[in-house]
Amino acid sequence: MSTTLVLVQVLNGLQLGILLFLVAAGLTLVFGVMDVINLAHGVQYMLGAYLMVTASAVTGSFWLGLPLALAAALVLGLVLEWLVIRPLYGRDHLEQVLATFGVILFVNEGVKLVWGAGPRAIPMPEALSGSIRLMDGLNYPVYRLALVAAGLAVAGLLYVLVTRTRAGMLVRAGASNAPMVSALGVDIGALFAKVFAFGAMLAAFAGAMAGPILSVEPGMGDGLLILAFVVIVIGGIGSIRGAFVAALLVGLIDTLGRSFLTDLLKLVLSASAATQAGPALASMTVYLLMAGILIFRPRGLFPAPA
Amino acid sequence: MTRFAQTLGLPLVLFLLLAAAPLWADTFTLSLLARAMIFALAAISLDLILGGAGLVSFGHAALMGIGAYGVGILMAEGVSEALIAFPVAMAAAGLFALATGALSLKTRGVYFIMITLAFGQMAFFVAQSLSAYGGDDGLSLAARSLVAGERWLRGPLAFHYTVLGLLAAGALLCGALLAAPFGRVLRAAKDNERRVRALGLDPYPYRLVAYGIAGALAGLSGALFANLTEFVSPAFLSWHRSGELIVMVVAGGMAAAALKAGGLGRPGSALLGALLVVLLEEALSDLTEHWRIVFGPLLVLLVLAGGKRARGGRT
Amino acid sequence: MTAPLLQVRGLCKAYGALIVTDAVDLDVAHGEIHALIGPNGAGKTTFIALVAGEVAPDRGRILLGGADVTRHAVHRRAQAGLARSFQVTSVLPAFSAVENVALAVQAAARRSFRLLPAPGSDRVRRAHAVELLAQVGLAAKADVPAGVLSHGEKRALELAMALAGKPRLLLLDEPMAGAGPEEGRAMVELISAARAQCGILLVEHDMEAVFKLADRVSVLVAGRLLASGPPDAVRADPAVQAAYLGEAAT
Repeated sequence: MSTTLVLVQVLNGLQLGILLFLVAAGLTLVFGVMDVINLAHGVQYMLGAYLMVTASAVTGSFWLGLPLALAAALVLGLVLEWLVIRPLYGRDHLEQVLATFGVILFVNEGVKLVWGAGPRAIPMPEALSGSIRLMDGLNYPVYRLALVAAGLAVAGLLYVLVTRTRAGMLVRAGASNAPMVSALGVDIGALFAKVFAFGAMLAAFAGAMAGPILSVEPGMGDGLLILAFVVIVIGGIGSIRGAFVAALLVGLIDTLGRSFLTDLLKLVLSASAATQAGPALASMTVYLLMAGILIFRPRGLFPAPA
Repeated sequence: MTRFAQTLGLPLVLFLLLAAAPLWADTFTLSLLARAMIFALAAISLDLILGGAGLVSFGHAALMGIGAYGVGILMAEGVSEALIAFPVAMAAAGLFALATGALSLKTRGVYFIMITLAFGQMAFFVAQSLSAYGGDDGLSLAARSLVAGERWLRGPLAFHYTVLGLLAAGALLCGALLAAPFGRVLRAAKDNERRVRALGLDPYPYRLVAYGIAGALAGLSGALFANLTEFVSPAFLSWHRSGELIVMVVAGGMAAAALKAGGLGRPGSALLGALLVVLLEEALSDLTEHWRIVFGPLLVLLVLAGGKRARGGRT
Repeated sequence: MTAPLLQVRGLCKAYGALIVTDAVDLDVAHGEIHALIGPNGAGKTTFIALVAGEVAPDRGRILLGGADVTRHAVHRRAQAGLARSFQVTSVLPAFSAVENVALAVQAAARRSFRLLPAPGSDRVRRAHAVELLAQVGLAAKADVPAGVLSHGEKRALELAMALAGKPRLLLLDEPMAGAGPEEGRAMVELISAARAQCGILLVEHDMEAVFKLADRVSVLVAGRLLASGPPDAVRADPAVQAAYLGEAAT
């Protein structure tokens, strides 16, 4: 367990954390502002990646493809909001779960029809390929560092947007008291649609950025969606700050757990027992973290003001 | 008579049809029906907490999967006896439900949905990491479980009636629980939790016990499912399957309500839902391998057009 | 003389800078109707919620029958003999009227954790529930879903549920609100009859009903007790006149 290995895994954990944050941010806003549970948020991440596959192929460029894919994801988000989500406002959570589950089945299958069932790749942009030497014996891919930087930039932007602008104020106010915002004469329907589509675009951004380093395949958003739920439960529903802190926490713990837990267990268990128990325990760490936090903070680390 | 028809007519008709099925069904149809009945047992147990107590639990497939793995792992270790393996499977799933329920039931609304989903996913990943028992690829059973040392479950007819009998027992148990004073508290807390507290009743222990019982029954259905397929895999625990179980319960509730024979949380509706969904899936997948592209929008339409205020969501 | 049934001492509650309950002392004796009146926003409903246990106080103590219940959850206070009706009626809408009361009966009998049906004891409890419904004049509506009862009928149903537990203390939050004249008269009689069994803390805007029923009246203004005493003395109190009754009793 050398220092460099730990450092590499920390960077990998940050990277997962950033992706999780981008997905969880939209999800937590949609919960907080509209009280809608949207299971289909994970497929929006997947769609972002697939749209990027096509956009970068058509334009022949990562940089031209990215805005195109994001615009398309925004439009798809608006369409989904209009077709499925809008009729679900104010309905009970069970109905929201069922309808958005139906959307998942449809989109996962639709993606197979359009792009094929096999994995697809997004070519890495020329300028960001290659590695950079961080310290002796540690080379790290530039693209992965760029991904973390881009994610941090988006997080910063989001923070400014939510805390410093009128739209952000309305979103925050809407999260705690939608009727009040409505009484201020704000078109709450339009606000909801914008927030939803914006969240969809953030998830798509995560998918598009993850494309070059992960394989783009049907169902790729499912696992991330559930981790994003864990993030939201830990962070507190409706809290962007909570989502950020929890996303990094979950990303780091999951990655480090999977890399080192087996080795750590070998310190206290026999080698064969550790090899058996390590992976099982590693896959449980973030959920145990969630359970632990729930015991002490049932409404998450940063609960929205009641 | 009408009251009887509304409460017990539907389950009675369905059970009679299932009992008579071997008279006309071929082996393939029987195995399809066995699959439907096994899912019906899981759906009925889910309906106890979803329809009965209003708790939208999204981790039910994990409980079923734990039951299936219970049978699979015991058999891999040389214990093929159902009279041992099935109770162990039920206990394992029931204990998992109690442990995760103790935490999840402290929360409500979307938190509850997300947390049950997360714990379900945790079980899924653990199953995936069990390299000694097939890991990602799953585990094949050497044969079906023995009953008192006999290869009783091998014959399709015996298997059919075993599943039917256990399904009937499970349905009776859930019906009795909901009709008892215990179930009255569950249903009342779903209707108006504040009022129930003001009457001096804390819903938490009632919900937890119901959750544990539902878990054990789901474990039993998983044990049967492992015997039907003679195989267990992490996919049994996937959250998509949890979603399908919710679909069965809700679609069954809607269909039963449309037939004026009860609704969510009423006897027979989850059974009807499971039969409908399994048979519909089979029919659609005969048409196209991309049947989900039809099934998904159907589900959306069902919700949007269907119950304006389908009861059950706990907010 | 034994201690009063309910003793509230120095109870305080604030939401941020807004003080809704400010060092309130209040007693209710057995067999007494103690009315709490005050203008809208005076903090009456918060006070009821504090006594019922739905809201935790910042400071102060609540004693029920001499036992400190300040930190007890809602259901534990209910088990200790505290029953209530809500400002916005709170029944089980999907249950029939008799099932509503039957739940209250089984809760009071501590017979709720029965996993399997017992038709015999269920019949006994149902008969008791029907009796209670008859007491509040709802015998004819026993099998009607509570959700479709009229407003006044729901009020009466709440009272039947509260009485099922043979409570020591009854909290009634505006039982007359929204009732027609006929229903109002019937409710006054029901409350008056209930006095024999327990102590009652009554929050009410209908001054006619208050002065007809109450043995003692306390006036809450901006979270503070302005006056407390026999109805006639409170009515004559100039401070109360100025702060509240002056406008209300025009």
